[in-house]
Amino acid sequence: MTILLIALGAAFGAPLRYLTDRAVQARHDSVFPWGTFTVNVAGSFVLGLLAALPAGGGVMAFAGTGFCGALSTYSTFGYETLRLVEDGARSYAVLNAAASIAAGLGAAYCGAVVAQAL
Amino acid sequence: MPGPPVDSDVDLHIAEQRAELRRAPWGTLGAISAGGALGALARYGLSSAFPYGPGEFPWPVFWANVSGCLLIGVLMVLITEWRPAHRLVRPFLGVGVLGGYTTFSTYTVDVQRAVEHGAPRVGLAYLALTLAAALAAVLTGVRLTRALTGRRAAEDAG
Repeated sequence: MTILLIALGAAFGAPLRYLTDRAVQARHDSVFPWGTFTVNVAGSFVLGLLAALPAGGGVMAFAGTGFCGALSTYSTFGYETLRLVEDGARSYAVLNAAASIAAGLGAAYCGAVVAQAL
Repeated sequence: MPGPPVDSDVDLHIAEQRAELRRAPWGTLGAISAGGALGALARYGLSSAFPYGPGEFPWPVFWANVSGCLLIGVLMVLITEWRPAHRLVRPFLGVGVLGGYTTFSTYTVDVQRAVEHGAPRVGLAYLALTLAAALAAVLTGVRLTRALTGRRAAEDAG
């Protein structure tokens, strides 16, 4: 059952990352990868909230491990950071790494605070 | 010809990727969905095999993120610099499998939980080590694959 819920959550999360990335990237001209930044921060917020509730096993499997896990990504984040360096946009690469981690952590804390307020 | 994409999920500077959702919406989204489910299950398998507590170093997630970064480097060089791949390879393997296998949310929440459970040093070490190892892994994947496929391309030409 857990396996099914994780697969189902990820089957929603991964295409939502792709669609969000497209929607965000279509709205700006900068080389900064705002699309991946957005999904990683959003995923951190929701998972921070779920972990602090704390959500039950089934909800955590579907929405946490599956959905948030697949919505957010480290591989795309890592690849983009390296490609920015290769393209000579070193400061953007450093900014991407620092801002993604700072905002992701901040979002996880905000999620936990919201969960405690609920 | 535009250089390799910056965003491995979807790079709108590349005409083919810009058009793929219009051209094959269900094929593209279906491949991403299926790949994402498989990747997430692989990550879950790893976490179940090597469980960790809230104050402990999350090794399974660390290795999932680092190995996923190595593999995205290999994959992207293969499909953007070596040989053009089928149009569903990037959505399925890159966006789906590797995107579902690696995770940023579990990374940030595990750092936060380590701090909350009185292990701030573990949290900080995990934070820094994952970033350093993941970036080194992408670089290794890209360089190694370029070296191997460059040799192969030269052999083909010769």
